[in-house]
Amino acid sequence: MAQILAVLEQRQGTLRKVSLEVLAAARTLADQLGGGATVDGLVFGTGAVEGTAALGKAGADRVLLAAHPDFGLYNPDGFAATTASIGGSYAVIVFPATASGRDLAPRVAAKLGVACATDVTEVGVEGGKVSAVRPVYAGKALQRVVLGGAPAVLSIRPNTFAVAQAADRADAATAALDVPSFTQRVTVKEVKAPAQSTLDVAEASIIVSGGRGLKEPGNFKLIEELAAAFGTAAVGASRAVVDAGWREHAAQVGQTGKTVAPSLYVAVGISGAIQHLAGMRTSKVIVAINKDKDAPIFKVADYGIVGDLFEIVPRLTEEIKKIRAEH
Amino acid sequence: MRIAVCLKRVPDTTTKIVIGSDGKSIDENGVKFVANPYDEYAIEAALALKEKAGAGETVVYSLGTDAAQETMRTALAMGIDRAVLLQGGGSPDGLEVAKALAAELKSGGFDLILFGKMAVDDYNHQVGVMTAELLELPCISAISHLAIEGGTVTAEREVEGGVEVVTCALPAVLTTDKGINTPRLPSLKGIMAAKKKPFELKPVTLGAGGLTVTGLTLPPERKAGRIVGEGPDAVSTLVQLLRNEAKVI
Repeated sequence: MAQILAVLEQRQGTLRKVSLEVLAAARTLADQLGGGATVDGLVFGTGAVEGTAALGKAGADRVLLAAHPDFGLYNPDGFAATTASIGGSYAVIVFPATASGRDLAPRVAAKLGVACATDVTEVGVEGGKVSAVRPVYAGKALQRVVLGGAPAVLSIRPNTFAVAQAADRADAATAALDVPSFTQRVTVKEVKAPAQSTLDVAEASIIVSGGRGLKEPGNFKLIEELAAAFGTAAVGASRAVVDAGWREHAAQVGQTGKTVAPSLYVAVGISGAIQHLAGMRTSKVIVAINKDKDAPIFKVADYGIVGDLFEIVPRLTEEIKKIRAEH
Repeated sequence: MRIAVCLKRVPDTTTKIVIGSDGKSIDENGVKFVANPYDEYAIEAALALKEKAGAGETVVYSLGTDAAQETMRTALAMGIDRAVLLQGGGSPDGLEVAKALAAELKSGGFDLILFGKMAVDDYNHQVGVMTAELLELPCISAISHLAIEGGTVTAEREVEGGVEVVTCALPAVLTTDKGINTPRLPSLKGIMAAKKKPFELKPVTLGAGGLTVTGLTLPPERKAGRIVGEGPDAVSTLVQLLRNEAKVI
């Protein structure tokens, strides 16, 4: 019977949403592999983590809790050693392609001597082997791969797998997992709050991005105000304004920045260079505001407004505030 | 301080992708190739660290075809002391690439081995970390800030909604993210000097690997959108469409 290990992520004792997405991908693979394949969720922490039983509904059959006093923050060596210590007995290991997951998955794959397919957006089974689709060239092309190793190691891109909530599935039983002895070479000392936006563009469901059309860094206030009007929206930026030092690189959307797939992407004063479009073209709905009606951004936008952003954006902010207050 | 930098030759980020006749790779016809942008941050970091230390050696490594020589010359022109090209083509399996690099770097006696956090072609995001694991060296990936004092590395890496402060001892493997520095441009003097710098070619054979590419396709075209209107008067229409048609607010 095939077993699948889903490596989950928690922060301060609370599971992150991407953990449910990892379970959804793992469950998909378990169902396609058939033969009663089961899914184990693996959680690291200093002690108990809230809500593990409810992970049953999201696809887990069992939750393994690896508790260690040094597992309060991400512990690359400890997490990798623990995952690798049990990883060999699984058919598949699924990680989230988050900051930690992108660091952890290749560590575990190297320890187990197997290949790793990173940042995948689709999973499947072909001829008994795990297959995956992964955007390459910043999403300008989609690569289909088959993993021949055992276990097959992959990481899934956040915001692409729909969270499952199967009411008929039982709660997941939690079992303690022994943490093997490991050599800690790398230590995460602390996590500092960033200087600018607190909501990460890679995880946000609404993104408002600004580009050179804003003319000067101070005008990003318009973007921030529009993002605030939506409630929880992240502020993104084009490469041009990041290179000019207006915004931190963390906010950059595109080939040398982040690839995003929010439900709503609002591009303000962004002409739509090919490397920017690559990073946001899988957004569900794209809105563009630009003074140039021939700007490439309008070719990918579902809705566009041509005109002066300095007149349009404040009006949009007001209307969004109004409609959100009414409903 | 002895520093190795690993470099990959990749298509320029402005490249329009055309699928090749094998249906698994891109058509390289007319494509301009450059140094992977994230690797340029690694080169700059290596040069700055050597300058600060006042002594040492910087070496650029690449695994690829002979075409990578031109890209590596750019690194030499920026100031890297010598180059080693591992002539082994490439592999979609990052572990095979990491094995070849680790075998070469193992006996190099480096204090620091630098990579870009990922290559902008395959988006694999793994070779640096895997190389560190194979060499049993500490590794901090995707760093946007770096300080080295008395053999201790303190780095910062962006995480969702925050910045991690991470430490390790030298020797170490680090992978660089954008934001860590601004790579210098090669000077004319540097370009001339690069022609005389040592350049070693070493054939290597890569393993078959456990990852097979079975296809490469272009993403589905987005449905043509529409211009809702011009100027601020179009805002009401837009908001109604977002609410009632797209149902995203």
